[in-house]
Amino acid sequence: MHQVRLQIKGSDVARYSYSIHMQISAVLQSWSKPKNYPLFIRSVPIQNELKFHYTVHTSLDVVEEKISAVGKAMADQRELYLGLLYPTEDYKVYGYVTNSKVKFVIVVDSSNTSLRDNEIRSMFRKLHNSFTDVMCNPFYNPGDTIQSKAFDSIVSAMMVQAS
Amino acid sequence: LFVMADEALFQFLHNEVIQYIYKSSEHGEMENGRCITKLENMGFRVGQGLIERFTKDTARFKDELDVMKFICKDFWTCVFKKQIDNLRTNHQGIYVLQDNKFRLLTQLSAGKQYLEHAPKYLAFTCGLVRGGLSNLGVKSIVTAEVSVMPACKFQVMIQKM
Repeated sequence: MHQVRLQIKGSDVARYSYSIHMQISAVLQSWSKPKNYPLFIRSVPIQNELKFHYTVHTSLDVVEEKISAVGKAMADQRELYLGLLYPTEDYKVYGYVTNSKVKFVIVVDSSNTSLRDNEIRSMFRKLHNSFTDVMCNPFYNPGDTIQSKAFDSIVSAMMVQAS
Repeated sequence: LFVMADEALFQFLHNEVIQYIYKSSEHGEMENGRCITKLENMGFRVGQGLIERFTKDTARFKDELDVMKFICKDFWTCVFKKQIDNLRTNHQGIYVLQDNKFRLLTQLSAGKQYLEHAPKYLAFTCGLVRGGLSNLGVKSIVTAEVSVMPACKFQVMIQKM
């Protein structure tokens, strides 16, 4: 079973009056490796990285909860996008799980009100598309950490766009 | 929905891969088991990648049966341009997928000729199914049996994780 956790942190941008922190996380779970094994973690401001890791880890429980509730016959729960997982006082956490059990988590600063639901959705779509390409790359062995430069640049572009 | 560009290409390539694997093994037919395993493993990796592509835009699967139905309908159609003809299950983790006219066997024979070689032409597909299921979070063992070509049955045994 694979859950991909991709963590991206946005960078502080001078033109905004508040700092924008964003973290996208992809977690992989396979039988041989420990659960929720991170495949890709990216942080631009290194400070508070540990706090982000912690936030993402706890959010995975919420993700599990949401996907196990799918069986309770609700049409909109068939969606891959899970929406806002939970708000903390500092961050908003969004989740997305693919059919291949790949989990993406985006953590955004609460003070960032410019990122709308639509934009978060499209970020997840881009991540999913990019991950699919990684999966189809013959040099990628499912379960390895993601080394793909193409994937990396998609992530960078998203962080720049969001900040 | 994503469909293979040209099935003849895939069929020819598939056949060449089998020939190559057997020719390049030291004792050819003597290493049948090892060759079958190689083919199955190839299918596994391909299945993993394919399922990632095919499920990119589909809704989340409800349960195991939903996943098997997807394999029988959408997945089989994408790869073999037809659906599985019959799906049976004992509802306890065993599924039998019956294809009455399996695309990779139609060129071999329409009966029992070359029957002893049929397993070689099923190994890759067994891996394909196993790999696809694996990426959907389902661990399984997939085997195939054939008695009269081009019909064959794929048996999927779900393994508890």
